[in-house]
Amino acid sequence: MFRFIAGRLFKSVIILFAILVLNFFLIHAAPGDPAAIMAGEAGAADEKFLTDLREQFGLDKPLMVQLGTYVWGAMHLDLGFSYRQQMPVSELIWSRLPATLLLTLSAFSLSIVLGVLAGVKASARQGTWVDTIISTVALLFYATPLFWVALMASLLFSVGLGWLPGFGYETIGAGYTGLRRALDIGTHLILPASTLGLFFTAVYMRMTRASMLEVSRLDFVKTARAKGLAMKLIQRRHILRNALLPVITLAGLQAGQVVGGAVLTETVFAWPGIGRLMFEAINQRDYNVILGVFFVCAAMVLLFNLITDILYGLVDPRISVIS
Amino acid sequence: MKYSIGKTVLLSLGLLCSGASIAETPQSGGTLNAVVQPEPPGLMLGILQNGPTQNVAGQIYEGLLRYDENLDAMPSLAKEWSISDDGLTYTFHLEEGVKWHDGEPFTSADVVFSIDVFLPETNTRLRNNMQRLESITAPDDNTVVFKLSAPFGPFLGVFEAGSAPIIPKHIYEGTDFKNNPANNTPIGTGPFKFDKWEKGSYIHLVKNEEYYLEGKPYLDDIYYHIIPDAASRSIAYETGKVDLLPGGSIENFDVERLLAMDNTCSSDKGWEFFGPLSWLWMNNASGPLADVRIRQAVSLAIDREFALNALWNGVGKVASGPVSSSTRFYDSNLPELAYDPDKARQLLKDAGYDGETLRLLPLPYGETWQRWAEAVKQNLSEVGINVELIATDAGGWNQKLAERDYDLAFTYLYQYGDPDLGVSRTYISTNAEPGSPWNNVSGYINEEVDALFAEASAAGDAEQRQELYSKVQAKLVEEAPVAWLLELSFPTIYRCSVQNPINTATGVNDGMRDAWIKQ
Repeated sequence: MFRFIAGRLFKSVIILFAILVLNFFLIHAAPGDPAAIMAGEAGAADEKFLTDLREQFGLDKPLMVQLGTYVWGAMHLDLGFSYRQQMPVSELIWSRLPATLLLTLSAFSLSIVLGVLAGVKASARQGTWVDTIISTVALLFYATPLFWVALMASLLFSVGLGWLPGFGYETIGAGYTGLRRALDIGTHLILPASTLGLFFTAVYMRMTRASMLEVSRLDFVKTARAKGLAMKLIQRRHILRNALLPVITLAGLQAGQVVGGAVLTETVFAWPGIGRLMFEAINQRDYNVILGVFFVCAAMVLLFNLITDILYGLVDPRISVIS
Repeated sequence: MKYSIGKTVLLSLGLLCSGASIAETPQSGGTLNAVVQPEPPGLMLGILQNGPTQNVAGQIYEGLLRYDENLDAMPSLAKEWSISDDGLTYTFHLEEGVKWHDGEPFTSADVVFSIDVFLPETNTRLRNNMQRLESITAPDDNTVVFKLSAPFGPFLGVFEAGSAPIIPKHIYEGTDFKNNPANNTPIGTGPFKFDKWEKGSYIHLVKNEEYYLEGKPYLDDIYYHIIPDAASRSIAYETGKVDLLPGGSIENFDVERLLAMDNTCSSDKGWEFFGPLSWLWMNNASGPLADVRIRQAVSLAIDREFALNALWNGVGKVASGPVSSSTRFYDSNLPELAYDPDKARQLLKDAGYDGETLRLLPLPYGETWQRWAEAVKQNLSEVGINVELIATDAGGWNQKLAERDYDLAFTYLYQYGDPDLGVSRTYISTNAEPGSPWNNVSGYINEEVDALFAEASAAGDAEQRQELYSKVQAKLVEEAPVAWLLELSFPTIYRCSVQNPINTATGVNDGMRDAWIKQ
């Protein structure tokens, strides 16, 4: 086990390094640089203005020198400085990470629980009206664009009914503390988390349903039935346990994206998270921020893949991590 | 009967005298929730000059002057001023008893430091505006004297906070201006002090209790909400989370819906100083558009009325040439920029246009601009010009224009009240080199136009300047180096209980000094 994890961590470092270098070149290949964009927003610029900005951002140096500086910094966990936001990148990411984690983890847990429950229910009642309704609703959520759902949800629940706040992380200027603040953030969380969660719920539901049906046709299930075990018990103990493996694979892949996967939701709901930070940084060509967010995302994906591999062994002891 | 006539007369008089005379006494107190879009890169107005920075930092920093809607100077940090007869010496008398937000006194030394040392380093516009400045001196703590080497007509028009903010000398002298940590906690003389900036969420400003104008400002504090999505900004207003949407912060097609709400007011004032004018860049240097007849054909083929009504909800007006109608020295006698597809077809035929496809760059600033590009493509294809839309984001757009890699491209630029400050830069040949997407991007070169602009800039006399600028406007319209489209107007939408948010030609940028909330 220890050797397995150590080996994987070592490989991860090499992969991360490769990602870093690749990202660096990809970003610099995109047209436009941060100086030009900042000058554009100022509505006026001359050569001196642009030259000054490029010099300040270190963009006047050869590309390889810039890469060297960046990699050297990253090796010391220094992700550079964002001239756009006037803050060190690591500080910026650190300040935005909690909001994103709160949003995506809520959406993720919501969708896992709802999706698996609905999938189990649908497969148990295969072919009945319950199955039809669950499958249709899931298909609908799967096919509807996220930003549309988001806007409609805030139109309905925020503008129309006035039940929930339509955007933001908390009530600005209210000065809540402690439990009152947590409650306030919680209400703000409902719309974005459920919007983001709906799509994934649909994914897990379909996956669970298909997987349950497949396993239920296997011989050991027939044996269990022949033994006269109760159907509920068979479903929980025998089918679900085996059917969960592909769901875990998928969830593992998606958990890796929890950091960067909420760009649209965060933008529509003005959620001050990292997905939005990345989106804005790309538009503004804020190189250090983009690289920093990509770096953190990549690290997360690698970490969650490792966790998934370990989880496999726990769910199905026949799979061993050492192999 | 007599009484009622008297009352009617009084009422009409009241209406004639506009809002000011019938306005009630301002009430103190209250919080204003506004939107700022997009999130500014910083609030140090001396270093950053983009729109959102000016919007927020305009409440923190002040210039020597403000300007009314006719662009006449109003007092700000300077309470009085005089100009010598030869037009070379400008003397400003400063407000007394003004303090920086950290309690230090504001003096003429701050003005000299700002204009002479700080801003020439950081602010392109000020650097250009001060080219004829020979000396700036402070004979005493409350007087500043500018001496010019040659007359410069627009000189009194360059002192608003966005172009020439006054910076505290005691904080910046001898430091590395751009990397000074104080940039994150801006210190100005303005009506509001910086309190907190929760990145990605909001910026909080609080009342400057020691502001030098008795009783002002009226508001207790201001929250600037940062909401990245345009539709969500509309929703923020609809749900009552914000009370003021500065011009341009929501998509045009949402304007009507919000205006239909109860207790909602709007104003398209406050843009006179900027005079945002939109046009299509045309690449005069190479390709089919080097031929003046094809450029004229493009201009004739565009249905500007349609764009104004269908895309901009009738807000704004059709442009008539290179100078916006709110800018000084605008010539109102120019021939109309007509919509005449037949004439356009004829011109194309005369010029022998061979159907070569033209690359059109939309402006990556939201839906309205995207739709407009599609409408123009449609207009041009109706007269037989093949157009290919090139989609870019802001970075790509900047680069393509800077490298002159386009045939047609949307843009809009500010005019800063005077042709010498915001118009000539687009047409003079010394600005025609590639490298920047805001100078003479069309690559238009005409010695006569160069000479007229130069002469008008150096003329001190307004009448003489008008004559020269009229000539240059007529010449440019004839040559059609670009296709002028619309004078844009971005209505500010706000709850009617918010009073006086717009008082000057720079609108909400310095409006909160006089704004108050009716309880």
